[in-house]
Amino acid sequence: MWDYTDKVKELYMNPKNVGKIDNANAVAEVGSIVCGDALKLYLKIDDKNIIRDAKFETFGCGSAIASSSALTEMIIGKTVEEAEKITNKDIADYLGGLPEEKMHCSVMGNEALEKALAHWRGEKITDHVDTEGEIICHCFGVTENLIRNVIRENNLKTVEDVTNYTKAGGACGSCIPKIEDILNEMAGEVQKAEAKKGEKKPLTNIKRMLLVEETIANVIRPMLQKDGGDIELIDIAGKEVHVGLRGHCAGCVVSDVTLKNLVEAKLREFVEEDIVVHEVK
Amino acid sequence: MDKTVYLDNNATTMIAPEVLDAMLPFMKERYGNPSSMHGFGGSVGKDVARARIQVAEFIGAENDYEIVFTGTGTESDNMAILGSLAYYRNRRHIITSRVEHPAVISLCKKLEKDGYRVTYVPVDRDGNLDMGLLKESVDDDTAVVSIMYANNETGVIFPVGEIGVFLKERGVPFHVDAVQAAGKIPIDVNAIQCDLLTISGHKFHGPKGIGALYVRRGTRFRPILYGGHQEKGRRPGTENVPGIIGIGTAAELAKMHLRDYDTKVRMMRNRLEDGILGAFKNSHLNGDKTRRVPNTTNIGFEYIEGEAVLLYLDERGIAASSGSACSSGSLEPSHVLRAMGVPFTSAHGSIRFSLSRFTTDKDIDHVLAVMPGVVNRLLDISPYWDSEKQQGRPINI
Repeated sequence: MWDYTDKVKELYMNPKNVGKIDNANAVAEVGSIVCGDALKLYLKIDDKNIIRDAKFETFGCGSAIASSSALTEMIIGKTVEEAEKITNKDIADYLGGLPEEKMHCSVMGNEALEKALAHWRGEKITDHVDTEGEIICHCFGVTENLIRNVIRENNLKTVEDVTNYTKAGGACGSCIPKIEDILNEMAGEVQKAEAKKGEKKPLTNIKRMLLVEETIANVIRPMLQKDGGDIELIDIAGKEVHVGLRGHCAGCVVSDVTLKNLVEAKLREFVEEDIVVHEVK
Repeated sequence: MDKTVYLDNNATTMIAPEVLDAMLPFMKERYGNPSSMHGFGGSVGKDVARARIQVAEFIGAENDYEIVFTGTGTESDNMAILGSLAYYRNRRHIITSRVEHPAVISLCKKLEKDGYRVTYVPVDRDGNLDMGLLKESVDDDTAVVSIMYANNETGVIFPVGEIGVFLKERGVPFHVDAVQAAGKIPIDVNAIQCDLLTISGHKFHGPKGIGALYVRRGTRFRPILYGGHQEKGRRPGTENVPGIIGIGTAAELAKMHLRDYDTKVRMMRNRLEDGILGAFKNSHLNGDKTRRVPNTTNIGFEYIEGEAVLLYLDERGIAASSGSACSSGSLEPSHVLRAMGVPFTSAHGSIRFSLSRFTTDKDIDHVLAVMPGVVNRLLDISPYWDSEKQQGRPINI
């Protein structure tokens, strides 16, 4: 059972501003029924740029309903300029906090607000690709821009954080490396330098063997198995790693490419930069 | 309503009063170790032996020593699969289904990483196993087949007897995860012809922390834990005596009450199910209506989300469960519903009600009275429902 605050409970049991506005001049819809939550936001903005009314329709769990209600309560009476400053964190704070795994509900509210205001300004809304950059997570349709904004606004550090806040990476997991790249890039040069320092330490033979085995089991094998292939670790002599390709990989015409671009590349990434991989046929 | 209307009996059940009474002396004055060479402990061993017979009779086992007491259903499931693999070292193939409990699926995923080949047999829209594929998948490399007797989410019963006969002819070990069948339908290990079978005490009004694994006489099997001689070395460690007494008593009671499930519980379940399906245009049944344990119904609601339904029900004193993503902490709807290909409009809106022999007609009345307020309120909030026309809106995905 989730540990919801009393405010969240109050607002999912008795949400305010449910419904639609017939003559709304700003409308936005985010999320989808496939992903498990969706929010449609209607705003009525007057000629002094004040949000006179806000209503919502939400498909989703308790915290999605509560976040939607909170959002509408927060923006009614505010100017567009003031409303633009609202972040997902403000929505979560209004609710007295949300469980980490539910932070994406507050992000959905913020996303709907931004999109509605863009609609009101007359910006052309097509789809995510045009307006918000490349889609990173295809399972949940999460764009790079959204991920970057959420990392920045909430000072996120790990992939798990990003998943909690945006859902990205929460289904098939194939975008996790991309999320890691974004996190690494945004963590700035300081961390990179630190990481470099850590890598400098030479590995002992034992440590290297363990790392090679781990990388093959957790990174390389799952990738090969997706295409019906497999890999067997045969020997490790210093930085020379001998492997056998199995399954579909064994007879594959591009098995040497697999060996260099995948097996060796991953071992160089996760173990040591000068690992050399040989295939034992 | 002061009392909780508890309709989540596939998650866990109330301890039957007789079970608790039977257990209490073993948590107080009769704390002896059944292995001891003195009467104080040794007499406890006699009670443990009696519980073993009670469990054996419950599942139709011929010999009491075919029952191994374990810590949980999960442990029994793990032990059955790992114990078979440990014996058949040259066989590297496992067959299971796509809708098994995580106790089996997560283990199989781990074994795949270790280099085992795993066949996950799919199910159809009604949750029935693809028996053709299951049979075709069996080969000389197959070390064990692990299939559940009844599914925890939908209650759908699998034809384990047919599988058992087929595998017996081919000499492939067969494990049945009967955790969700025990206490709801009769279990007979000889009719099923399984080699291994798992049950868990707390699913049939026994205590938590006690499970059992049936290991047919002559089954090739190695333990996964090593230690003392307890359970004939198959599951060492000092016995959880109160738990064992509890599961024994619960098994005997469950056997007595099986008829209640087939009659009273089934009627209440059907009344609840028919009432809901009749009242809401946006609802449908998940799982084969004709092949289910009598206590379970899984209803899919289109255009609304399961966790929200549970929260609203909870507020009105009703405990149920959902296969929705949000209620589990994962981001995807249940693997069972996905394997069945439940439509996306209701994949996040499934509600499972699971009854027990302690459920009353009043409980069902209460749920039927509360449901319209809950469902209609959430439909009003949903962007996918047109309240005026009383129908779903077109959805672009």
